[in-house]
Amino acid sequence: MSGAATTPALAIADAVRRRERRAVEVVEEHLAAIAEVDGGLGCFLEVTADQARRRAAEVDAAVDAGRDPGPLAGVPVAVKDNLCTQGVPTTCASRILQGWHPPYDATVVTRLAGAGAVVVGKTNLDEFAMGSSTESSAFGPTRNPHDPERVPGGSSGGSAAAVAAGLAPLALGSDTGGSIRQPAALCGVVGMKPTYGTVSRYGLVAFASSLDQVGPFARSVADAAALYDAIAGHDPCDSTSLHQVPPACGPAVGSGVGGLRVGLVTELTEAEGVQADVRRRVAEAAEALASAGATVDPVSIPELRVALPAYYLLAPAEASSNLARYDGVRYGLRVDGDDVADMNARTREAGFGAEVKRRILLGTYALSAGYYDAYYGQAQRVRTLIIQAFRRAYEDFDVLLSATTPSTAFRLGEKVDDPLAMYLSDVCTIPTNLAGHPAMSVPFGTDGAGLPVGVQVLAPALGEAVMVAAAAVLEQAAPPTSLPTVAAPTLTGAGTGRGAATGGAR
Amino acid sequence: MSAPDGWEAVIGLEVHCELRTRTKLFCGCRNAFGSEPNTNVCPVCLGLPGSLPVLNEAAVELAMRIGAALHCEIRPSVFHRKNYFYPDMPKDYQVSQYDEPINVDGYLDLPDGSRVGIVRAHIEEDTGKTSHVGETGRIHGAGHALVDYNRAGVPLVEIVSAPDITTAAQARLYAAELRAILVASGASDGRMEEGSMRVDANVSVRRVGDVRLGTRCEVKNLNSLRSLARAVDHEIERQVGVIESGGVVEQQTRHWDEDQGCTVALRSKEEAFDYRYFPEPDLVPLDPDAAWIERVRASLGPMPADRRAAVTALLGGGEPSDARSDQVATVVELGLDHLVTAAASAGVDPALALARTANEAAAAAEAARSVDPAAYAALLQMEQRQELSATQAKAVLAELMAGGGDPAQIAGRMGFEALAADSLAEVVAAVVAEHPDEWERFCGGEAKLAGFFTGHVMRRTQGKANGKAVAAELARLRG
Repeated sequence: MSGAATTPALAIADAVRRRERRAVEVVEEHLAAIAEVDGGLGCFLEVTADQARRRAAEVDAAVDAGRDPGPLAGVPVAVKDNLCTQGVPTTCASRILQGWHPPYDATVVTRLAGAGAVVVGKTNLDEFAMGSSTESSAFGPTRNPHDPERVPGGSSGGSAAAVAAGLAPLALGSDTGGSIRQPAALCGVVGMKPTYGTVSRYGLVAFASSLDQVGPFARSVADAAALYDAIAGHDPCDSTSLHQVPPACGPAVGSGVGGLRVGLVTELTEAEGVQADVRRRVAEAAEALASAGATVDPVSIPELRVALPAYYLLAPAEASSNLARYDGVRYGLRVDGDDVADMNARTREAGFGAEVKRRILLGTYALSAGYYDAYYGQAQRVRTLIIQAFRRAYEDFDVLLSATTPSTAFRLGEKVDDPLAMYLSDVCTIPTNLAGHPAMSVPFGTDGAGLPVGVQVLAPALGEAVMVAAAAVLEQAAPPTSLPTVAAPTLTGAGTGRGAATGGAR
Repeated sequence: MSAPDGWEAVIGLEVHCELRTRTKLFCGCRNAFGSEPNTNVCPVCLGLPGSLPVLNEAAVELAMRIGAALHCEIRPSVFHRKNYFYPDMPKDYQVSQYDEPINVDGYLDLPDGSRVGIVRAHIEEDTGKTSHVGETGRIHGAGHALVDYNRAGVPLVEIVSAPDITTAAQARLYAAELRAILVASGASDGRMEEGSMRVDANVSVRRVGDVRLGTRCEVKNLNSLRSLARAVDHEIERQVGVIESGGVVEQQTRHWDEDQGCTVALRSKEEAFDYRYFPEPDLVPLDPDAAWIERVRASLGPMPADRRAAVTALLGGGEPSDARSDQVATVVELGLDHLVTAAASAGVDPALALARTANEAAAAAEAARSVDPAAYAALLQMEQRQELSATQAKAVLAELMAGGGDPAQIAGRMGFEALAADSLAEVVAAVVAEHPDEWERFCGGEAKLAGFFTGHVMRRTQGKANGKAVAAELARLRG
């Protein structure tokens, strides 16, 4: 791999702003790494090489003219393909959006440009962000750079794997039930889900509107914090965007955990199904925080046990409505039929994959007359209970600690035919989304097989700064792990990457 | 017409009105009728993936004005999604208000003295418009369909009446009065022909004395007040016919066919959509503060009923005739009653002011609304002083409405310059002196000779003399 591939984002930006490095060189190095490795990994659905080169040249020109291009000057960023990019296909890894080129940029994409970052491509995901392995992508799975026979997690698997493999120092993902944190854990990178409303959802193709949130991937806590700082802030185009100025995370990185009260959440760590070596790493992480000056105590939040079933009513309910617009009338795929209803049905039959259809059916059922109160209504009440339970826990603790996922990266195909097992991959991450709180996953050693383990730091709403401070301490204390062993030659036969995707779908 | 003997109808109306905002409900696109198809659109009102709605404050304010005008309680409200597939609905759900609407529990008093309850008046977005292209111009036989999304996302308020209406005439009166209120409150232009006000009627019948409600049918496509009355009458008759011939009224949505003069079944209860309402997660609850609500209530001018009463009071003399009542209703509905009031307070006979306003001004209501009330009053004063004939006054009014200005100058420009009273008297005296025989006969009681003298005066003045003034001068000379 090229040297650029492991340089921290902030170091790149610093060098570009000082004119010690040129953004165009940085971009070329990353494009070369993508060309070399991604055929086997399948992180990208689209590499925007020409635009990236143009953008990098603009960044360099700004530096030459004495202007500051921004805190992420010249830093390549990979963007999950459910974020709109003007003129660049945005597929949500679904055939139903075939041929659609958004006429506008998502607010976060605009903010990336404003910070001087350079978008290098659009990354693979589970179709419409519904999944935990990136296997439900219509364009083939992404592979885990630590072991190409294993999944990168999901749904933001392409972004997580791209950062892990050094194809981009930063990436954007979206997290509805764990779609940033779970793949971050499985790929051994940092992933952060911000407080609901701190990052604009305008231009994020909706899965479950009340749960979706855009957030950063990076190889370090400091880089993740910098990316968060660049994209966070009120957006008048998003009615659920908070008016408060979001907490700045960058300055929190070195502030330590002295006196911090940490709660180790029993239900998200001791639960059945959590791998023993994952549990061990969480215990070590707790010890690390204690030795850095925090007080750590176990806390039980029994309500969290019902978060998963509530989530699997609420998220599909919203999805069933959000995905109704893919009807073949205005954009994307159209399969002709005898009349409009027949055309709608044929288009959706051909355009959506099995997991998306399953969730549309679940959600439609949950909202149906006569069932609404028993399903959707009940799930909303559970959601309220979970918010209250977290509130009580945060009376005694500043942050909470848990496993990010019950297991390390599983094998491709292992859970494809068992949706419930797949859904359980998000059992530790879902409660945060229901509460609208922030949480992040930090790599913390490996399991017995050498696969990365992630630990999760949870915080109350707008508690990003203290969360980042704790994550930075864990990063320092983490047992040494090796970088992913992606070696392009051994991967060229995988055949599920971008080539297949772009060839087959567009 | 009312229900057949022994039967009574129970009618409730649902009225959709487009709000007169500059922009749409959730985006900055223009809210305009008649633009080229698909020119007032953006990612938000096209429902493109990733787009999000932002509520238009002006639409909320107009909705609150409607609520205030209908004596509603204005409350915190929540937007819901109403889910169903339709090609002219970009998101395949409509953002509307469901169980927590902004306006509830109001009423509307009709000119006939009856009161109709208002259940709710809530905010929602309009859909696009589909046109079926093909040989017949109808859905059946159409080759393909075109959709215009200019109307998609235009703000609507849906006003749901209580089932307090019992006849087609009352239904019509309700719709007319509601339209006048919508216009008077500034919320809507109330143009049924452009679809900015659309009425659906829920109709059921029962035998007089029966306390149970009959099965109702919803009648759609009522594009004018006349259609509304005809459709309701027809539907009452149809339902009574069904029951009297031993049948059962089926709960249906029916379409009014204006040409055939009948309603046709569109879909039955079994085929009704399950809208799967749930709270719209992309919008936050709407909770207008008390000060805002108070401001809206305070800024609401007098409503049509009050304004009709004010004009009627000017006329004096108790209960006005039907013709007068119609004139009063017309000037108020068209927003021209301030012209009557202005003229009357300048000393013009209120009956003259009302007649000119309800006829000539009303014929060009849009232009008349921009006429300076003082100029209007001045013109009617000239007519009243007989400086202008009625015909001349109408001609000057037409000019005044077309371009504004000073009525005296307009009259002068048009050659209507009235003869000063003393020069008229000179001309009349001269004509009388030249025709002593005729004058004697006239004084002896041959009244028709007045025309003879008037004709001579007119010739001599090249038509500038006012006929009534000539007659008055002749009468004065005769003593």
